[in-house]
Amino acid sequence: MNDMTPVAKMTPKDWETDQEVRWCPGCGDYAILKAVQRTLPEIGARPESTVFVSGIGCSSRFPYYVESYGFHTIHGRAPAVATGVKLANPELDVWIITGDGDALSIGGNHTMHILRRNLDCQILLFNNEIYGLTKGQYSPTSREGTRSPSTPFGSVDRPAKPAAFALGSGARFVARGFDVSKNLPDVLKAAYAHKGAAFVEIFQNCIVYNKDVFADFTEKKNADDGQLWLENGKPMLFGKGAKGIALDREALTLKVVDVVDGDWQAADVIVHDVTNRSVAHMLVEMPFGSFPMALGVLYDDPAPSFESAVVAQNEQAAKGKTPDLQKLVSQGQTWTVGSGAETDAAEAGSAGSGPEL
Amino acid sequence: MASVAPLSPPIDPADDQSLESVVVRFAGDSGDGMQLTGGQFTLSTALAGNDLATFPDFPAEIRAPQGTLFGVSAFQINFGSTDITTAGDAPDVLVAMNPAALKTNVKDLKPGGLIIADEGEFNDRNLAKAKYEANPLTDGSLAQWQLLSLNISQLTLDSVKPFGLGNKEALRCKNMWTLGLALWMFDRDRQPIVAWLKAKFAKAPELADANIAALDAGHAYGETAEISGEGLGLKQHHVPSAAVPSGLYRTVTGAEAISLGLVAGTQLAGLPMFFGGYPITPASAILHHLSRLKEYGVTTFQAEDEIAAIASAIGASYAGSLGITSSSGPGIALKGEAIGLAIMTELPLVIVNSQRGGPSTGLPTKTEQSDLYQAVYGRNGDAPMPVIAARSPADAFECAIEACRIAVQYMTPVMLLTDGYIANAAEPWKVPDMATFAPFPVTFMDTAQEGGFLPYARDEKLKRPWVKPGTPGLMHRIGGIEKGVNTGHIEYSPANHQAMTDIRQNKVLGIADSLPDQDVSLGTDSGKLVVVGWGSTFGPIHQAVRRARAKGRDVSHVHIRHIWPLPKNLGTLLKGYEKIIVPEMNTGQLKTVLRDQYLVDAKPLNKVSGQPFRIAEIEAAIEDALK
Repeated sequence: MNDMTPVAKMTPKDWETDQEVRWCPGCGDYAILKAVQRTLPEIGARPESTVFVSGIGCSSRFPYYVESYGFHTIHGRAPAVATGVKLANPELDVWIITGDGDALSIGGNHTMHILRRNLDCQILLFNNEIYGLTKGQYSPTSREGTRSPSTPFGSVDRPAKPAAFALGSGARFVARGFDVSKNLPDVLKAAYAHKGAAFVEIFQNCIVYNKDVFADFTEKKNADDGQLWLENGKPMLFGKGAKGIALDREALTLKVVDVVDGDWQAADVIVHDVTNRSVAHMLVEMPFGSFPMALGVLYDDPAPSFESAVVAQNEQAAKGKTPDLQKLVSQGQTWTVGSGAETDAAEAGSAGSGPEL
Repeated sequence: MASVAPLSPPIDPADDQSLESVVVRFAGDSGDGMQLTGGQFTLSTALAGNDLATFPDFPAEIRAPQGTLFGVSAFQINFGSTDITTAGDAPDVLVAMNPAALKTNVKDLKPGGLIIADEGEFNDRNLAKAKYEANPLTDGSLAQWQLLSLNISQLTLDSVKPFGLGNKEALRCKNMWTLGLALWMFDRDRQPIVAWLKAKFAKAPELADANIAALDAGHAYGETAEISGEGLGLKQHHVPSAAVPSGLYRTVTGAEAISLGLVAGTQLAGLPMFFGGYPITPASAILHHLSRLKEYGVTTFQAEDEIAAIASAIGASYAGSLGITSSSGPGIALKGEAIGLAIMTELPLVIVNSQRGGPSTGLPTKTEQSDLYQAVYGRNGDAPMPVIAARSPADAFECAIEACRIAVQYMTPVMLLTDGYIANAAEPWKVPDMATFAPFPVTFMDTAQEGGFLPYARDEKLKRPWVKPGTPGLMHRIGGIEKGVNTGHIEYSPANHQAMTDIRQNKVLGIADSLPDQDVSLGTDSGKLVVVGWGSTFGPIHQAVRRARAKGRDVSHVHIRHIWPLPKNLGTLLKGYEKIIVPEMNTGQLKTVLRDQYLVDAKPLNKVSGQPFRIAEIEAAIEDALK
């Protein structure tokens, strides 16, 4: 930030630390780390003005492996810590790394409020639908019936949907990607470009406790029919262009339509508009199976960010006022006691102008 | 410091001789404006040059059902020509605006004390709500006191008639009528109250005029009654000015003093302040005060919960501001894990705890000192943290500055203990000369280090460097996982954890090197008995020791500001006395710490009624101990 010397273009290598990475071999987190390290030089980020803040969980070890400032905080509280960091220094690029348990269980409240306030930051939620670091209990995003050490007969509660939660909390940017996707850096770039809270759900394969839970759409053989990559201004096509998403005008829901000979207009396929909040609500609720998984930038419609509003208000409130500690402590209704026990009411006329008693 | 000796004989409304000090309690329904009346009476009293102390006592409910016993709100003021350090044991004068207020307060009134009651409110309905079977104003049950029964409601209605207010609005002026009478009784100037009413009702001048008319009418009633010799022959009393050091004075509440002290502390450190708070009684006032002081580099953030309040403050400290958070016991409990994070990451932080009665939600508006264990011990792991306790509203200013100093000079969270009594009570404050406070500017590490940067390297005080994100060449990672000595890398090895635990412990204990020796507030540095206190019990302990010493008793008063680490000479000092009593508004928490640290036979004197100690209670304990 304060570095005035011209710097050589950075490479992904420059964003690696000397720390040994401690994730399980084959964990999806490695791919996400690589994608982030590839993205950072491309967006022109600087290590000294970048801060990674995380909570607790496998994903939250992330900051130790990125050569920037990093704060590995406590379970669920990364958004709150990040809010203090950004309010104290709005110039910093703040990235929050979290997981499904961290962001939606113990830290659900903070996730809701950081999105509602629209703090300028990137929130990367690694969703593996399981508690990894505590050895495999079901998580708030685990599917109904998930068998785990704490649910040996299967979980009975319905899962939270991270992207729907984010949108419902007032997020102005919602995107999705998955660990090994080649498109992930593009999604991260879009998140970085968005001023305000950018929420990215990244499906991540926990090869130990919840292996291949997303294989239905992440595996190569399922990609065509399972992945709907959204692009602003482009029709919502998948299945090699043979299928599309259209609006069922009667039911006011989305539907899958067949596209014949590439004529998507004839099939009434929707053209993706990232600023359309109503369609975004439908995309995040789209049930996987009968529909493909909506990926890429689902919604992107910036609004004023929290820290900029706070700074503006602070400046406005301080305008024309000179800080003067002596004046400050002398405020309110004062009186002077003379050298004897003589007392003389001073400034009594200013009654009511000072702080309330 | 001088006596609040019981007025003997108690105040006589027909006697106009000068009084050394007087205790007045205003009590009414929570909708009657008693806190406002008390506050304005306090102001006029301060302006008249009396020393004073107050005790606001109000229900937790915002609008408790009218006329009920639990809806009574009271405000007590002790004022006089001598040094006043408590709100007074027993009132000389009780103003009771309804039967419930009389019932809940009259038992505290001194024998022979004066009751001023609004007979207009003593109707069957209100008597029933207060569970009176007969009207106490007429059945002779108040015979041990003097009773001045006036129809304040009707007198108020008469006085505001010209302003055409509705009955309900007109009756709202009752408190000003009562205040007018009280101002007359003690020869106080009405002008500041008039100015205040005009400012308060600037947008509704008819309300200002009506309130002023009621105030004047109450005042005139006193004058007329005196001249005509009617009724009890109400007379004016004169309480001479107190002999206090010359200078500029103002009244200050603990919440105001803490806010000002935190601003001063951050300014002396040369840092912007980040205050993360979440509303909770009785701590919210600090958030309110600070949110208006943006020109002092203050950013306030009302977080979504107590945890986010402290977590955001930790984030701000990490980024180079001084993070501050404030709460009361239940909120501090929620912050516990994050306090541990600040200890582990060795970031400066100030945590203000305005204690209230506990456990759990407890008594939100009543005072207690029962969070000492929580402050000193209340975290997982070996998690040492400095703790400071304020003794009065004015003292809270310096304590807040001291908390900021320790936080930045030792890179540690610091807890500042205050309580509901200090937070709400007002006292005159000699405005400090800010030039006498030595700045303690923070130096951030901002240049790359030869041989690589070690975020957990230490100076002679065991403090680690403070580096702001944004500084080139010093990127590093911190977190709640055990840190390697010097490197700060994740490190679980047994020897390292032993070393780091010792460092954290020794760093905090070493703060004692920067503390002044423990002094003796009153008395001698050895002898038969010492009364050891902390926090807001200062006033009653001090007066009790003074009275006992006046009777020739060998007793001294030691008041501890630094609860952790304790001053280095405290153990030796305490061992110079034969007996030790520790009065506390808890079941004996400082007592336990003193016993543990010094193996001394400290005896507890405990009170957990939600009310401050009476001087007489401590005096009796002193007599007992010296038997």
